[in-house]
Amino acid sequence: MRKEFSQWLEQKVSENPQIVFLTGDLGFQAFEGVAKAAGKRFVNVGVSEQNMIGLAAGLASQGLLPICYSIAPFAVFRPLEQIRLDVCIHNMNVKIIGNGGGYGYGVMGATHHALEDLACLSSLPNMKCFVPLCNEDLFSNAESMMSYAGPSYLRLGAGAWPPTIPAPTPSGFRKILSGGEAVVLGLGPVIQNVLKAELERRSQEGVPHSSVYGVSELPLAQLTSEFVDEVKRTGRLLIVEEHVQRGGLAEHLALLLMKNGVHAKTRNLCAQGYPNGLYGSQSYHQKLSHLDSASIHTTLSELFL
Amino acid sequence: MNQVRTVHTEQDFKLLKRGSTELLLALYKKANAGHIGSSLSCLDILLYLYSKEIDSSRGDQLVLSKGHAAGALYVTLSQFGLLNEDLDTFYKDGTKLAAHPPCSGKIPAIPFGTGSLGHGLSLATGMAFAQRFGSSSQPTLGEKKIFCVLSDGECNEGSTWEAALFAGHHRLQNLVVIVDANGLQGLGSTHDILDLEPFEDKWKSFNFETCVIQDGNDFQQIADAFLQIQERSSNKPICLIARTCKGAGVSFMENQFQWHYLPMNDQQYEAALKEIRGRDA
Repeated sequence: MRKEFSQWLEQKVSENPQIVFLTGDLGFQAFEGVAKAAGKRFVNVGVSEQNMIGLAAGLASQGLLPICYSIAPFAVFRPLEQIRLDVCIHNMNVKIIGNGGGYGYGVMGATHHALEDLACLSSLPNMKCFVPLCNEDLFSNAESMMSYAGPSYLRLGAGAWPPTIPAPTPSGFRKILSGGEAVVLGLGPVIQNVLKAELERRSQEGVPHSSVYGVSELPLAQLTSEFVDEVKRTGRLLIVEEHVQRGGLAEHLALLLMKNGVHAKTRNLCAQGYPNGLYGSQSYHQKLSHLDSASIHTTLSELFL
Repeated sequence: MNQVRTVHTEQDFKLLKRGSTELLLALYKKANAGHIGSSLSCLDILLYLYSKEIDSSRGDQLVLSKGHAAGALYVTLSQFGLLNEDLDTFYKDGTKLAAHPPCSGKIPAIPFGTGSLGHGLSLATGMAFAQRFGSSSQPTLGEKKIFCVLSDGECNEGSTWEAALFAGHHRLQNLVVIVDANGLQGLGSTHDILDLEPFEDKWKSFNFETCVIQDGNDFQQIADAFLQIQERSSNKPICLIARTCKGAGVSFMENQFQWHYLPMNDQQYEAALKEIRGRDA
Protein backbone atom coordinates (compact mmCIF):
# COMPACT_ATOMS: atom_id res chain seq x y z
CA MET A 1 0.00 0.00 0.00
CA ARG A 2 3.00 2.25 0.59
CA LYS A 3 3.82 2.12 -3.12
CA GLU A 4 0.30 3.29 -3.96
CA PHE A 5 0.54 5.97 -1.30
CA SER A 6 3.81 7.20 -2.73
CA GLN A 7 2.30 7.37 -6.25
CA TRP A 8 -0.70 9.24 -4.96
CA LEU A 9 1.43 11.63 -2.91
CA GLU A 10 3.80 12.35 -5.79
CA GLN A 11 0.84 13.66 -7.76
CA LYS A 12 -0.62 15.56 -4.80
CA VAL A 13 2.57 17.44 -3.95
CA SER A 14 2.82 18.46 -7.59
CA GLU A 15 -0.72 19.85 -7.54
CA ASN A 16 -0.83 21.41 -4.09
CA PRO A 17 1.97 23.81 -3.04
CA GLN A 18 0.68 23.85 0.55
CA ILE A 19 1.69 20.24 1.16
CA VAL A 20 4.87 19.71 3.17
CA PHE A 21 5.94 16.08 3.53
CA LEU A 22 7.73 15.24 6.78
CA THR A 23 9.37 11.89 7.40
CA GLY A 24 10.89 10.63 10.62
CA ASP A 25 13.88 9.34 8.66
CA LEU A 26 12.00 6.37 7.22
CA GLY A 27 10.86 5.42 3.75
CA PHE A 28 13.89 3.82 2.08
CA GLN A 29 13.19 3.17 -1.60
CA ALA A 30 9.69 4.48 -1.19
CA PHE A 31 9.56 8.25 -1.55
CA GLU A 32 12.27 9.13 -4.03
CA GLY A 33 9.63 10.28 -6.54
CA VAL A 34 7.89 12.33 -3.86
CA ALA A 35 11.20 13.93 -2.88
CA LYS A 36 11.80 14.96 -6.47
CA ALA A 37 8.31 16.35 -6.94
CA ALA A 38 8.20 18.13 -3.57
CA GLY A 39 11.67 19.69 -3.68
CA LYS A 40 12.24 21.64 -0.48
CA ARG A 41 8.79 20.61 0.72
CA PHE A 42 10.19 17.13 1.36
CA VAL A 43 11.67 17.36 4.83
CA ASN A 44 13.46 14.60 6.69
CA VAL A 45 13.09 15.75 10.29
CA GLY A 46 15.40 13.01 11.55
CA VAL A 47 14.57 10.37 14.13
CA SER A 48 12.42 12.67 16.22
CA GLU A 49 8.74 11.85 16.05
CA GLN A 50 7.68 14.19 18.84
CA ASN A 51 9.27 17.11 17.07
CA MET A 52 7.81 15.98 13.74
CA ILE A 53 4.25 16.24 15.06
CA GLY A 54 4.77 19.49 16.98
CA LEU A 55 6.50 20.96 13.97
CA ALA A 56 3.61 19.84 11.77
CA ALA A 57 1.10 21.58 14.05
CA GLY A 58 3.20 24.75 13.79
CA LEU A 59 3.30 24.47 10.00
CA ALA A 60 -0.46 23.87 9.84
CA SER A 61 -1.09 26.96 11.99
CA GLN A 62 0.58 28.99 9.23
CA GLY A 63 -1.69 27.63 6.48
CA LEU A 64 0.47 24.76 5.25
CA LEU A 65 -0.69 21.15 4.93
CA PRO A 66 1.81 18.84 6.61
CA ILE A 67 1.79 15.10 5.91
CA CYS A 68 3.88 13.18 8.44
CA TYR A 69 5.25 9.73 7.77
CA SER A 70 6.80 7.01 9.86
CA ILE A 71 6.04 3.38 10.55
CA ALA A 72 2.74 3.10 12.42
CA PRO A 73 4.01 2.50 15.98
CA PHE A 74 6.56 5.30 15.80
CA ALA A 75 4.12 7.72 14.18
CA VAL A 76 1.51 7.19 16.88
CA PHE A 77 2.85 6.14 20.25
CA ARG A 78 6.01 8.20 20.74
CA PRO A 79 4.34 11.50 19.84
CA LEU A 80 0.90 10.67 21.23
CA GLU A 81 0.82 13.72 23.49
CA GLN A 82 1.82 15.99 20.60
CA ILE A 83 -0.97 14.41 18.53
CA ARG A 84 -3.45 14.91 21.35
CA LEU A 85 -2.55 18.47 22.31
CA ASP A 86 -0.83 20.18 19.39
CA VAL A 87 -2.85 18.57 16.60
CA CYS A 88 -6.21 17.24 17.81
CA ILE A 89 -7.24 19.66 20.55
CA HIS A 90 -6.20 22.58 18.32
CA ASN A 91 -7.95 20.89 15.37
CA MET A 92 -4.94 21.34 13.11
CA ASN A 93 -5.06 19.97 9.60
CA VAL A 94 -2.20 17.53 10.04
CA LYS A 95 -2.08 14.18 8.26
CA ILE A 96 -0.27 11.29 9.93
CA ILE A 97 0.67 8.27 7.85
CA GLY A 98 1.61 5.06 9.66
CA ASN A 99 3.00 2.26 7.56
CA GLY A 100 2.51 -1.39 8.53
CA GLY A 101 -0.42 -1.17 10.94
CA GLY A 102 -1.23 -4.25 13.02
CA TYR A 103 1.38 -6.99 12.65
CA GLY A 104 2.49 -5.52 9.31
CA TYR A 105 6.18 -5.51 10.24
CA GLY A 106 5.99 -9.22 11.18
CA VAL A 107 9.24 -10.64 12.45
CA MET A 108 10.58 -7.14 13.23
CA GLY A 109 8.77 -7.75 16.49
CA ALA A 110 6.58 -6.00 19.02
CA THR A 111 8.42 -2.68 18.83
CA HIS A 112 7.40 -2.41 15.18
CA HIS A 113 3.78 -3.48 15.51
CA ALA A 114 0.82 -1.14 16.02
CA LEU A 115 -2.01 -3.02 17.69
CA GLU A 116 -3.50 -0.20 19.79
CA ASP A 117 -3.09 2.74 17.41
CA LEU A 118 -6.75 3.06 16.48
CA ALA A 119 -7.87 2.87 20.11
CA CYS A 120 -5.51 5.69 21.01
CA LEU A 121 -6.26 7.89 18.05
CA SER A 122 -9.97 7.35 17.53
CA SER A 123 -10.58 8.56 21.09
CA LEU A 124 -8.98 11.94 20.37
CA PRO A 125 -11.08 14.97 19.45
CA ASN A 126 -11.45 15.78 15.73
CA MET A 127 -9.32 12.80 14.68
CA LYS A 128 -10.40 10.58 11.78
CA CYS A 129 -8.67 7.28 11.15
CA PHE A 130 -8.54 5.71 7.68
CA VAL A 131 -7.67 2.04 7.19
CA PRO A 132 -7.80 1.10 3.48
CA LEU A 133 -9.02 -2.41 2.74
CA CYS A 134 -6.42 -3.21 0.09
CA ASN A 135 -3.77 -1.62 -2.09
CA GLU A 136 -6.34 -0.41 -4.62
CA ASP A 137 -8.42 1.10 -1.83
CA LEU A 138 -5.60 3.45 -0.80
CA PHE A 139 -6.54 6.11 -3.30
CA SER A 140 -10.14 6.71 -2.20
CA ASN A 141 -9.10 6.67 1.47
CA ALA A 142 -6.32 9.16 0.83
CA GLU A 143 -8.77 11.40 -1.00
CA SER A 144 -11.30 11.16 1.86
CA MET A 145 -8.51 12.08 4.27
CA MET A 146 -7.62 15.14 2.23
CA SER A 147 -11.22 16.28 1.86
CA TYR A 148 -11.47 16.37 5.66
CA ALA A 149 -9.70 19.52 6.85
CA GLY A 150 -8.69 18.18 10.24
CA PRO A 151 -6.43 15.73 12.06
CA SER A 152 -6.22 12.43 10.22
CA TYR A 153 -4.42 9.12 10.48
CA LEU A 154 -3.90 6.80 7.54
CA ARG A 155 -2.94 3.28 8.55
CA LEU A 156 -1.22 1.57 5.67
CA GLY A 157 -1.28 -2.20 5.29
CA ALA A 158 -0.86 -4.44 2.29
CA GLY A 159 -2.59 -6.86 -0.02
CA ALA A 160 -4.47 -6.93 -3.30
CA TRP A 161 -8.21 -7.26 -3.68
CA PRO A 162 -9.50 -10.74 -4.56
CA PRO A 163 -9.97 -10.75 -8.37
CA THR A 164 -13.34 -12.51 -8.26
CA ILE A 165 -14.98 -9.83 -6.12
CA PRO A 166 -15.95 -6.43 -7.55
CA ALA A 167 -13.64 -3.63 -6.41
CA PRO A 168 -14.84 -1.92 -3.22
CA THR A 169 -16.73 1.32 -3.73
CA PRO A 170 -15.26 4.34 -1.95
CA SER A 171 -16.84 4.57 1.49
CA GLY A 172 -15.76 4.19 5.09
CA PHE A 173 -18.42 1.53 5.72
CA ARG A 174 -19.47 -0.63 2.77
CA LYS A 175 -21.20 -3.85 1.95
CA ILE A 176 -18.98 -6.12 -0.11
CA LEU A 177 -20.82 -9.44 -0.24
CA SER A 178 -24.48 -10.22 0.31
CA GLY A 179 -25.19 -13.37 2.21
CA GLY A 180 -28.12 -13.15 4.50
CA GLU A 181 -27.42 -15.75 7.20
CA ALA A 182 -24.80 -13.88 9.24
CA VAL A 183 -22.95 -10.56 9.15
CA VAL A 184 -19.17 -10.28 9.13
CA LEU A 185 -17.23 -7.03 9.42
CA GLY A 186 -13.57 -6.67 8.61
CA LEU A 187 -11.51 -3.64 9.52
CA GLY A 188 -8.84 -2.70 6.98
CA PRO A 189 -6.75 -5.22 5.05
CA VAL A 190 -7.68 -8.19 7.25
CA ILE A 191 -10.93 -8.11 5.25
CA GLN A 192 -8.92 -9.96 2.62
CA ASN A 193 -8.73 -12.97 4.97
CA VAL A 194 -12.44 -12.62 5.70
CA LEU A 195 -13.27 -12.68 1.99
CA LYS A 196 -11.03 -15.70 1.42
CA ALA A 197 -12.79 -17.56 4.23
CA GLU A 198 -16.23 -16.64 2.96
CA LEU A 199 -15.37 -17.62 -0.63
CA GLU A 200 -14.09 -20.99 0.60
CA ARG A 201 -17.31 -21.51 2.52
CA ARG A 202 -19.34 -20.61 -0.53
CA SER A 203 -17.45 -23.19 -2.57
CA GLN A 204 -18.91 -25.86 -0.27
CA GLU A 205 -22.49 -27.02 -0.74
CA GLY A 206 -25.11 -26.39 1.91
CA VAL A 207 -23.04 -23.85 3.86
CA PRO A 208 -24.97 -20.69 4.80
CA HIS A 209 -23.66 -17.47 3.26
CA SER A 210 -22.68 -14.40 5.25
CA SER A 211 -22.86 -10.77 4.29
CA VAL A 212 -19.46 -9.12 4.46
CA TYR A 213 -18.91 -5.46 5.30
CA GLY A 214 -15.64 -3.59 5.04
CA VAL A 215 -14.85 -0.83 7.52
CA SER A 216 -12.10 1.63 6.67
CA GLU A 217 -12.96 4.66 8.76
CA LEU A 218 -13.05 5.19 12.52
CA PRO A 219 -14.78 6.50 14.55
CA LEU A 220 -17.78 4.87 12.92
CA ALA A 221 -20.41 7.20 11.58
CA GLN A 222 -24.08 6.31 11.94
CA LEU A 223 -24.77 2.70 11.04
CA THR A 224 -26.72 2.12 7.84
CA SER A 225 -30.26 0.85 8.30
CA GLU A 226 -29.46 -2.01 5.92
CA PHE A 227 -26.65 -3.15 8.22
CA VAL A 228 -28.69 -2.78 11.40
CA ASP A 229 -31.63 -4.68 9.87
CA GLU A 230 -29.34 -7.43 8.66
CA VAL A 231 -27.73 -7.95 12.07
CA LYS A 232 -31.17 -7.92 13.66
CA ARG A 233 -32.56 -10.43 11.14
CA THR A 234 -29.65 -12.88 11.11
CA GLY A 235 -28.78 -12.60 14.80
CA ARG A 236 -25.19 -13.59 14.03
CA LEU A 237 -22.26 -11.19 13.97
CA LEU A 238 -18.51 -11.59 13.56
CA ILE A 239 -16.07 -8.67 13.76
CA VAL A 240 -12.50 -9.21 12.54
CA GLU A 241 -9.77 -6.65 13.26
CA GLU A 242 -5.99 -6.67 13.40
CA HIS A 243 -6.11 -4.51 16.51
CA VAL A 244 -6.62 -5.19 20.20
CA GLN A 245 -10.17 -5.56 21.41
CA ARG A 246 -10.05 -2.58 23.77
CA GLY A 247 -11.01 0.50 21.82
CA GLY A 248 -11.30 -1.40 18.58
CA LEU A 249 -14.06 -1.80 16.03
CA ALA A 250 -16.01 -4.48 17.93
CA GLU A 251 -16.32 -2.43 21.12
CA HIS A 252 -17.28 0.62 19.15
CA LEU A 253 -19.86 -1.28 17.11
CA ALA A 254 -21.34 -3.06 20.13
CA LEU A 255 -22.39 0.24 21.68
CA LEU A 256 -23.93 1.49 18.45
CA LEU A 257 -25.89 -1.76 18.06
CA MET A 258 -27.07 -1.61 21.67
CA LYS A 259 -28.26 1.93 21.06
CA ASN A 260 -30.21 0.55 18.12
CA GLY A 261 -31.72 -2.15 20.33
CA VAL A 262 -30.03 -4.93 18.38
CA HIS A 263 -28.80 -8.11 20.00
CA ALA A 264 -26.87 -10.79 18.15
CA LYS A 265 -24.69 -13.82 18.83
CA THR A 266 -21.35 -12.04 18.51
CA ARG A 267 -17.75 -13.13 18.04
CA ASN A 268 -14.72 -10.87 17.85
CA LEU A 269 -11.46 -11.97 16.28
CA CYS A 270 -8.77 -9.48 17.17
CA ALA A 271 -5.06 -9.12 17.87
CA GLN A 272 -4.08 -11.16 20.93
CA GLY A 273 -0.62 -9.67 21.29
CA TYR A 274 2.09 -12.31 21.70
CA PRO A 275 0.39 -15.32 23.29
CA ASN A 276 3.43 -17.63 23.03
CA GLY A 277 6.11 -14.94 23.30
CA LEU A 278 7.48 -15.89 19.88
CA TYR A 279 7.79 -13.88 16.68
CA GLY A 280 7.25 -14.47 12.99
CA SER A 281 5.70 -13.08 9.83
CA GLN A 282 2.46 -11.13 9.74
CA SER A 283 0.70 -14.36 8.69
CA TYR A 284 2.24 -16.16 11.69
CA HIS A 285 0.88 -13.54 14.10
CA GLN A 286 -2.47 -13.49 12.35
CA LYS A 287 -2.72 -17.25 12.80
CA LEU A 288 -1.87 -17.01 16.52
CA SER A 289 -4.64 -14.43 16.89
CA HIS A 290 -7.07 -16.45 14.76
CA LEU A 291 -7.12 -13.75 12.13
CA ASP A 292 -6.11 -16.08 9.28
CA SER A 293 -8.75 -17.26 6.81
CA ALA A 294 -8.88 -20.82 8.24
CA SER A 295 -9.60 -19.52 11.74
CA ILE A 296 -12.19 -17.08 10.39
CA HIS A 297 -13.79 -19.99 8.52
CA THR A 298 -13.94 -22.04 11.74
CA THR A 299 -15.32 -19.14 13.76
CA LEU A 300 -18.03 -18.56 11.17
CA SER A 301 -19.00 -22.23 11.37
CA GLU A 302 -19.25 -21.92 15.16
CA LEU A 303 -21.60 -18.96 14.79
CA PHE A 304 -24.09 -21.29 13.13
CA LEU A 305 -23.95 -23.97 15.85
CA MET B 1 -9.46 46.55 26.37
CA ASN B 2 -6.62 48.64 27.70
CA GLN B 3 -5.06 51.41 25.75
CA VAL B 4 -2.09 50.24 23.70
CA ARG B 5 1.18 50.96 25.49
CA THR B 6 4.17 52.61 23.99
CA VAL B 7 7.46 52.22 25.79
CA HIS B 8 10.20 54.65 24.87
CA THR B 9 12.27 55.09 28.00
CA GLU B 10 13.35 53.03 30.94
CA GLN B 11 10.95 55.09 33.04
CA ASP B 12 8.07 54.13 30.73
CA PHE B 13 9.04 50.53 31.26
CA LYS B 14 9.20 50.92 35.04
CA LEU B 15 5.68 52.29 35.07
CA LEU B 16 4.49 49.53 32.78
CA LYS B 17 6.18 46.93 34.94
CA ARG B 18 4.71 48.26 38.18
CA GLY B 19 1.21 48.42 36.74
CA SER B 20 1.57 44.96 35.24
CA THR B 21 2.89 43.45 38.45
CA GLU B 22 -0.05 44.91 40.38
CA LEU B 23 -2.44 43.49 37.80
CA LEU B 24 -0.74 40.13 38.01
CA LEU B 25 -0.89 39.98 41.80
CA ALA B 26 -4.54 41.02 41.76
CA LEU B 27 -5.26 38.36 39.16
CA TYR B 28 -3.79 35.56 41.24
CA LYS B 29 -5.25 36.88 44.48
CA LYS B 30 -8.78 37.00 43.11
CA ALA B 31 -8.32 33.51 41.72
CA ASN B 32 -6.67 32.33 44.96
CA ALA B 33 -4.25 30.58 42.67
CA GLY B 34 -0.60 29.55 42.46
CA HIS B 35 2.05 29.93 39.73
CA ILE B 36 2.71 33.50 40.91
CA GLY B 37 6.47 33.00 41.16
CA SER B 38 6.65 31.55 37.64
CA SER B 39 4.68 34.44 36.20
CA LEU B 40 6.72 37.11 38.00
CA SER B 41 9.85 35.40 36.76
CA CYS B 42 9.06 36.01 33.07
CA LEU B 43 6.87 39.11 33.27
CA ASP B 44 9.76 41.42 32.36
CA ILE B 45 10.67 39.26 29.37
CA LEU B 46 7.11 39.29 28.05
CA LEU B 47 6.67 43.02 28.62
CA TYR B 48 9.96 43.70 26.87
CA LEU B 49 9.13 41.46 23.92
CA TYR B 50 5.73 43.06 23.36
CA SER B 51 7.06 46.59 23.81
CA LYS B 52 10.21 46.28 21.68
CA GLU B 53 10.50 43.13 19.63
CA ILE B 54 7.14 41.67 18.62
CA ASP B 55 5.75 43.43 15.59
CA SER B 56 2.14 42.33 15.18
CA SER B 57 1.83 44.17 11.88
CA ARG B 58 4.63 41.96 10.53
CA GLY B 59 2.72 38.92 11.79
CA ASP B 60 5.18 38.08 14.58
CA GLN B 61 3.84 35.52 17.02
CA LEU B 62 4.79 34.24 20.45
CA VAL B 63 4.43 30.81 21.99
CA LEU B 64 4.61 30.74 25.77
CA SER B 65 5.96 27.24 26.17
CA LYS B 66 6.01 27.56 29.96
CA GLY B 67 2.22 27.70 29.97
CA HIS B 68 2.00 27.80 33.77
CA ALA B 69 2.96 31.49 33.51
CA ALA B 70 -0.31 32.21 31.70
CA GLY B 71 -1.08 35.02 34.15
CA ALA B 72 1.97 36.96 32.96
CA LEU B 73 0.94 36.42 29.35
CA TYR B 74 -2.66 37.55 29.93
CA VAL B 75 -1.52 40.68 31.76
CA THR B 76 1.01 41.51 29.04
CA LEU B 77 -1.45 40.98 26.21
CA SER B 78 -3.96 43.08 28.08
CA GLN B 79 -1.43 45.90 28.53
CA PHE B 80 -0.74 45.95 24.81
CA GLY B 81 -4.37 45.81 23.72
CA LEU B 82 -4.11 42.27 22.44
CA LEU B 83 -6.57 40.66 24.79
CA ASN B 84 -10.27 41.14 24.31
CA GLU B 85 -11.13 39.35 27.53
CA ASP B 86 -11.87 40.66 30.97
CA LEU B 87 -8.95 39.64 33.21
CA ASP B 88 -11.45 39.21 36.04
CA THR B 89 -12.69 36.01 34.39
CA PHE B 90 -9.30 34.34 35.05
CA TYR B 91 -9.85 30.92 36.66
CA LYS B 92 -13.63 31.32 36.73
CA ASP B 93 -16.07 28.79 35.30
CA GLY B 94 -16.68 29.46 31.62
CA THR B 95 -13.53 31.56 31.20
CA LYS B 96 -11.34 31.73 28.11
CA LEU B 97 -8.47 32.56 30.47
CA ALA B 98 -7.63 29.22 32.01
CA ALA B 99 -4.69 28.63 34.33
CA HIS B 100 -2.72 27.67 31.23
CA PRO B 101 -3.07 29.41 27.84
CA PRO B 102 -6.16 28.02 26.14
CA CYS B 103 -6.10 25.60 23.20
CA SER B 104 -9.43 26.94 21.97
CA GLY B 105 -8.03 29.32 19.37
CA LYS B 106 -10.43 31.94 20.74
CA ILE B 107 -7.65 34.38 21.62
CA PRO B 108 -5.91 35.41 18.38
CA ALA B 109 -2.70 36.43 20.16
CA ILE B 110 -2.33 32.90 21.54
CA PRO B 111 -1.57 30.65 18.56
CA PHE B 112 -1.20 27.53 20.69
CA GLY B 113 -2.36 26.54 24.11
CA THR B 114 0.40 25.10 26.27
CA GLY B 115 0.80 23.66 29.74
CA SER B 116 2.43 20.31 29.13
CA LEU B 117 6.12 21.18 29.07
CA GLY B 118 8.31 20.51 26.07
CA HIS B 119 5.78 21.29 23.35
CA GLY B 120 6.33 24.97 22.67
CA LEU B 121 9.67 24.88 20.91
CA SER B 122 8.52 22.35 18.29
CA LEU B 123 5.40 24.44 17.65
CA ALA B 124 7.40 27.66 17.36
CA THR B 125 9.98 25.93 15.19
CA GLY B 126 7.22 24.74 12.84
CA MET B 127 5.78 28.27 12.71
CA ALA B 128 9.21 29.73 11.93
CA PHE B 129 10.01 26.99 9.40
CA ALA B 130 6.67 27.61 7.64
CA GLN B 131 7.94 31.01 6.52
CA ARG B 132 10.36 29.20 4.21
CA PHE B 133 7.49 27.98 2.11
CA GLY B 134 5.22 30.96 1.97
CA SER B 135 1.53 30.59 2.44
CA SER B 136 -1.48 32.31 1.02
CA SER B 137 -2.64 33.32 4.49
CA GLN B 138 0.73 34.84 5.44
CA PRO B 139 1.98 37.32 2.86
CA THR B 140 4.90 38.49 5.02
CA LEU B 141 7.20 35.81 3.73
CA GLY B 142 10.61 35.67 5.34
CA GLU B 143 10.17 38.61 7.64
CA LYS B 144 7.92 37.27 10.30
CA LYS B 145 9.58 36.30 13.57
CA ILE B 146 8.47 33.63 16.00
CA PHE B 147 9.27 34.05 19.68
CA CYS B 148 9.22 31.20 22.16
CA VAL B 149 9.55 31.58 25.92
CA LEU B 150 10.80 28.42 27.61
CA SER B 151 11.38 27.62 31.24
CA ASP B 152 14.70 26.12 32.25
CA GLY B 153 12.85 23.20 33.86
CA GLU B 154 11.32 22.22 30.56
CA CYS B 155 14.79 21.84 29.12
CA ASN B 156 14.65 18.49 30.94
CA GLU B 157 12.23 17.42 28.19
CA GLY B 158 13.82 15.57 25.30
CA SER B 159 11.35 17.06 22.84
CA THR B 160 12.78 20.53 23.53
CA TRP B 161 16.15 19.35 22.26
CA GLU B 162 14.63 17.57 19.26
CA ALA B 163 13.20 20.91 18.22
CA ALA B 164 16.47 22.72 18.98
CA LEU B 165 18.39 20.28 16.75
CA PHE B 166 15.95 20.92 13.92
CA ALA B 167 15.97 24.70 14.30
CA GLY B 168 19.76 24.82 14.40
CA HIS B 169 20.15 22.46 11.46
CA HIS B 170 17.77 24.50 9.32
CA ARG B 171 19.25 27.83 10.41
CA LEU B 172 15.88 29.24 11.43
CA GLN B 173 17.07 32.79 11.95
CA ASN B 174 13.51 34.02 12.39
CA LEU B 175 13.17 31.93 15.58
CA VAL B 176 13.94 33.66 18.87
CA VAL B 177 14.03 31.53 22.02
CA ILE B 178 14.17 33.15 25.43
CA VAL B 179 14.76 30.81 28.34
CA ASP B 180 13.37 32.09 31.59
CA ALA B 181 16.21 30.53 33.56
CA ASN B 182 15.16 31.13 37.14
CA GLY B 183 17.09 28.10 38.35
CA LEU B 184 14.11 26.50 40.05
CA GLN B 185 11.81 23.74 38.94
CA GLY B 186 9.06 21.56 40.39
CA LEU B 187 10.67 20.39 43.59
CA GLY B 188 13.86 22.37 43.92
CA SER B 189 16.79 23.86 42.06
CA THR B 190 17.65 22.87 38.51
CA HIS B 191 21.24 22.42 39.66
CA ASP B 192 20.25 19.76 42.21
CA ILE B 193 17.52 18.03 40.20
CA LEU B 194 18.94 17.74 36.70
CA ASP B 195 21.85 20.06 36.09
CA LEU B 196 21.55 21.96 32.80
CA GLU B 197 25.03 23.49 32.87
CA PRO B 198 26.91 24.33 30.81
CA PHE B 199 23.59 25.68 29.56
CA GLU B 200 24.77 28.30 27.07
CA ASP B 201 27.23 25.81 25.59
CA LYS B 202 24.38 23.39 25.05
CA TRP B 203 22.42 25.88 22.95
CA LYS B 204 25.58 26.96 21.17
CA SER B 205 26.37 23.37 20.28
CA PHE B 206 22.86 23.03 18.86
CA ASN B 207 23.81 25.83 16.47
CA PHE B 208 21.98 28.68 18.16
CA GLU B 209 23.33 32.21 18.38
CA THR B 210 23.36 32.70 22.13
CA CYS B 211 23.59 35.40 24.72
CA VAL B 212 23.24 35.25 28.49
CA ILE B 213 21.33 38.02 30.24
CA GLN B 214 22.77 38.23 33.72
CA ASP B 215 19.66 39.89 35.13
CA GLY B 216 16.72 38.75 33.04
CA ASN B 217 14.38 40.89 35.11
CA ASP B 218 16.14 44.06 34.02
CA PHE B 219 14.70 45.87 31.01
CA GLN B 220 17.98 47.44 29.94
CA GLN B 221 19.91 44.21 30.13
CA ILE B 222 17.29 42.42 28.01
CA ALA B 223 17.44 45.27 25.50
CA ASP B 224 21.24 45.16 25.43
CA ALA B 225 21.20 41.42 24.77
CA PHE B 226 18.86 41.85 21.80
CA LEU B 227 21.06 44.61 20.46
CA GLN B 228 24.17 42.51 20.88
CA ILE B 229 22.61 39.52 19.12
CA GLN B 230 21.32 41.65 16.25
CA GLU B 231 24.76 43.16 15.72
CA ARG B 232 26.17 39.71 15.07
CA SER B 233 23.97 39.39 11.94
CA SER B 234 23.97 35.63 12.37
CA ASN B 235 21.93 33.27 10.23
CA LYS B 236 21.30 31.02 13.20
CA PRO B 237 18.26 30.82 15.44
CA ILE B 238 18.66 32.90 18.58
CA CYS B 239 18.63 31.73 22.17
CA LEU B 240 18.75 34.25 24.98
CA ILE B 241 19.28 32.73 28.38
CA ALA B 242 17.71 35.12 30.81
CA ARG B 243 18.95 34.52 34.35
CA THR B 244 15.82 35.48 36.18
CA CYS B 245 14.46 35.33 39.67
CA LYS B 246 11.38 33.31 40.49
CA GLY B 247 8.96 35.65 42.22
CA ALA B 248 10.93 38.71 41.04
CA GLY B 249 9.89 41.94 42.71
CA VAL B 250 8.25 40.41 45.77
CA SER B 251 11.08 39.76 48.23
CA PHE B 252 9.41 37.01 50.25
CA MET B 253 8.69 35.08 47.05
CA GLU B 254 12.08 35.56 45.41
CA ASN B 255 13.98 32.35 44.70
CA GLN B 256 11.50 30.35 46.77
CA PHE B 257 10.30 27.36 44.76
CA GLN B 258 7.14 27.00 46.83
CA TRP B 259 5.83 30.14 45.10
CA HIS B 260 5.44 27.94 42.06
CA TYR B 261 2.43 26.55 43.88
CA LEU B 262 1.17 28.77 46.68
CA PRO B 263 -1.66 31.29 46.51
CA MET B 264 -1.33 34.49 48.58
CA ASN B 265 -3.25 35.10 51.77
CA ASP B 266 -4.51 38.63 52.50
CA GLN B 267 -1.44 39.68 54.47
CA GLN B 268 0.95 38.40 51.84
CA TYR B 269 -1.00 40.15 49.11
CA GLU B 270 -0.92 43.45 51.02
CA ALA B 271 2.80 43.08 51.71
CA ALA B 272 3.50 42.30 48.06
CA LEU B 273 1.50 45.30 46.85
CA LYS B 274 3.19 47.57 49.35
CA GLU B 275 6.59 46.47 48.15
CA ILE B 276 5.72 46.90 44.48
CA ARG B 277 4.19 50.34 45.02
CA GLY B 278 6.98 51.46 47.34
CA ARG B 279 9.83 50.51 45.09
CA ASP B 280 9.44 53.08 42.37
CA ALA B 281 7.44 55.67 44.31
